[in-house]
Amino acid sequence: MTDTALSLPTVPEPSAGRKLARRFFGQKAFVIGAGILAVIVALALLAPVIAPHDPYAQNLAMRNVPPFWYEKGSWLHPLGTDQLGRDYLSRVLYGARISLLIGVSVVAISGLTGTAMGLAAGYFGGKVDLLVTFLVTTRLSMPVILVALAVVAMVGGSLWIVILVLGLLKWDRFAVVMRSATQQVRSLDYVAAAEAAGASTTRIIVGEVLPNIVPHLIVVATLEAASAILLEAALSFLGLGVQPPLPSWGLMISEAKAYMFFSFWLIAIPGTALALLIFAINLAGDGLRDVISPEGRA
Amino acid sequence: MSDTILGVDGLSVDIATPRGTLHAVRDISFSIKRGETLCLVGESGCGKSMTSLAIMDLLPKAAKRQTRRLAFAGEDLAGASKRRINALRGNRMAMIFQEPMTALNPAYTIGNQLIEAYRLHRNASESEARERAVFLLGKVGIASAAERLGQYPHQLSGGLRQRVMIAMALMCGPDLLIADEPTTALDVTIQAQILRLLADLQRELGIAMLLITHDLGIVARIADRVAVMYAGQIVEEGTTEALFRSPKHPYTRGLIDCIPVPGRTVPGGRLGVIPGVVPSLVGDIRGCSFRDRCSFAQDICAQAPPMRGTTDSQSWRCILENAA
Amino acid sequence: MSALLEAQDLTRSFTVGQGMFKARRTLHAVNGISLDIRKGEVLGIVGESGCGKSTLARMLLGLMPPTGGRITLDGTDIRELGRKGMARRVQPVFQDPYSSLNPRRTIASIVALPLEVHGIGTASERRRQALEILDKVGLPQRFADRYPRELSGGQRQRVAIARALIMKPEIVVCDEPTSALDVSVQSQILNLLMDLRRELGLTYVFISHNLAVVEHIATRVAVMYLGRVVELAETEALFRTPRHPYTKALLASVLTPEPGEGIPETGLGLAFPDPLNPPPGCPFHPRCAERMSQCSSIAPRFTQHGRDVVACHLHDSEQVAAISA
Repeated sequence: MTDTALSLPTVPEPSAGRKLARRFFGQKAFVIGAGILAVIVALALLAPVIAPHDPYAQNLAMRNVPPFWYEKGSWLHPLGTDQLGRDYLSRVLYGARISLLIGVSVVAISGLTGTAMGLAAGYFGGKVDLLVTFLVTTRLSMPVILVALAVVAMVGGSLWIVILVLGLLKWDRFAVVMRSATQQVRSLDYVAAAEAAGASTTRIIVGEVLPNIVPHLIVVATLEAASAILLEAALSFLGLGVQPPLPSWGLMISEAKAYMFFSFWLIAIPGTALALLIFAINLAGDGLRDVISPEGRA
Repeated sequence: MSDTILGVDGLSVDIATPRGTLHAVRDISFSIKRGETLCLVGESGCGKSMTSLAIMDLLPKAAKRQTRRLAFAGEDLAGASKRRINALRGNRMAMIFQEPMTALNPAYTIGNQLIEAYRLHRNASESEARERAVFLLGKVGIASAAERLGQYPHQLSGGLRQRVMIAMALMCGPDLLIADEPTTALDVTIQAQILRLLADLQRELGIAMLLITHDLGIVARIADRVAVMYAGQIVEEGTTEALFRSPKHPYTRGLIDCIPVPGRTVPGGRLGVIPGVVPSLVGDIRGCSFRDRCSFAQDICAQAPPMRGTTDSQSWRCILENAA
Repeated sequence: MSALLEAQDLTRSFTVGQGMFKARRTLHAVNGISLDIRKGEVLGIVGESGCGKSTLARMLLGLMPPTGGRITLDGTDIRELGRKGMARRVQPVFQDPYSSLNPRRTIASIVALPLEVHGIGTASERRRQALEILDKVGLPQRFADRYPRELSGGQRQRVAIARALIMKPEIVVCDEPTSALDVSVQSQILNLLMDLRRELGLTYVFISHNLAVVEHIATRVAVMYLGRVVELAETEALFRTPRHPYTKALLASVLTPEPGEGIPETGLGLAFPDPLNPPPGCPFHPRCAERMSQCSSIAPRFTQHGRDVVACHLHDSEQVAAISA
């Protein structure tokens, strides 16, 4: 009735998929960050295949061998060995698995908790909102690192304890961001239209609200993953995180403290790996935010 | 022509977009005489707001203005310095925006905002400026004006805020007032009050006005002359009387037939429609931009239509002598 | 004509200024409204911002529970009908076609959502029905797999109308359905709504601030002011002989495209309606050009004039007599 074909010269619209691809690749920050991240993930997954040695195998005859670029270095241990003669390259590769496991698991636990709380607060408002806001305020008044230290000191440290403690402490940002995003979507007319169509609350939350707040969720998740990885490294460095002989990067730095002045690489290598991973995640997260909401850049 | 306050000749505004250049305003020319009201009317995206921003040199960064001549009171501003424009803007040319809440600074009292511009342009003393502010607030119908000076914008209703905006625009005694949809955000009863106030003040003070609106009702009631914009061009221009009594361009005709008018259109009857959608203004545009929606379109419309005119009261851009 | 949807003494108040340490105030968005919507009619509801017309719409749709009074559909309280029961019979069309369509769904999926919710038909049957109804509202099939952002405002509003009609409801509540559209698109949507009403025998509640549009489409009009209905009359009567001074001012404010008529004088003062501080007595008295002494203290009651009602002391002969006596 109204839609007559236009013969006026118009620029052809590229397909939706191609537009999306163009938006992603137009973001240099995202491309670089996601690229580095993909390499790290690949290395971690392939660690059993590409690691030259068993990361736990000690060889006391080969202690503190420097990396290959030193005069005394050897290609047998490209990144040298640590104070117990374990191959450093293999340990760094396996360490990536720990960091990524921490990042993913902590975000899974905290993301689930925080998103559920944020959704409930934002959607239902009123008393639920007051309760969630109160919980968030309470949680924000507790310093993560001190609480984590106290808990680990009480129940003892292990990889899973660290994941659990961080997961149960770091939901606050998810809750805050999801709450405001949900509030905003909740007030839009398509939610009212779904309600007027008879859709149940669960259906509305899952089908109408959630898909529209996922972009925010992804951004918070990347930032929180980076923060969790750093916290694990800090806890392990303090000896209250992952326990030896697991090759956590934080623990490796901690173990190398004593040799800092003689074998600098023992700290520099896991330190660099950690910095690179955090840098990549943050860069990808920032880029992702710009890709998802080109108009909403803060 | 010394009685022309604003003469726009060959104004174009191009906006760079990722998909190409968007020709928001395409080579438009018009002029306003002292004390006259010209309405620019058109639907969203026709370029009417861009035109007003281009005249005030307030275009967004991505937009490029081109003009052969932009004469204000006989002075060509096309290549004028920023300083010169700043000296005129808010002083001899003033602007009223659609949303007074965003145009007024929430952090300052309305007194501050009224007085500041006046002192800046006129080098006047504080007390002199304050006196004028109180006088003008009274003029725009605000009671106990002296007390109002100490209030912040959020303490006023939408209608009062728009009155304050008008007072602010009048502070320096401008020759030209540009009002961009000044009543669109207001309720209908308040709209009538504000428009009446604007028309009265304008007549009393002899100010020329460029009023930008989408509402033909407002146009008919307030304008001396009307320019109808479509797809970045003025497609028809004439005196209000002539344009409403006998619209010549098919688009003008279509617009007038679209609106329900109590007492004229049959309740429940069919309203006129303009089929199709506005063409994209990105890239090259050839021929008449209305031809795909026009029931009179012919092959020749693929070429640029001529500008026709009766006397000096009406001119239109169409191959037809009369589409009505 | 019998009442299909009926509101009895409906009120809705909100507490504003939530938060632990802020003073709370009560806002009576809707303040004792009784209305009946008759089968086959188009009931126009007009009023200015803050008069409570959108709140009323949400309550009539069952989207917001009233704080007082009740709404019945064919004599049954709508609370008993439940969300799904209401959905089959009353559907909305909202003002902003940009926020009323989920940006992550395709047009076909948006239109078919009500069917999906009610478990009607298989996926392919639902799609076929969606395409049929899209055709009915004037959207070609090729739009079915597009996303809302690829459509213009008018096309989106057609999608919203298609979604409202797919369940074959009896009543459609249109809340400012053309206010966000350009005039050339507005006329298309108004024509479409009229055609659909005739074809499907629909009843409309048509909320708008634009009196010219309401005059064109409505058969009866309720004029609202600060949460109350102040006048309810057949459209023709209301526009020919408005009774309430507010209705008169509203009508005077309509700017028809008649050159040379000038801007009308509404006779309203500078006071503006503040729903948080409604004046005592008649809510309109601070702006009323015809106010009398009792208007600022006594709330006017409804008086019947033929088939029309008005709440104004000017038209309440008994009250006027009682006071002057």
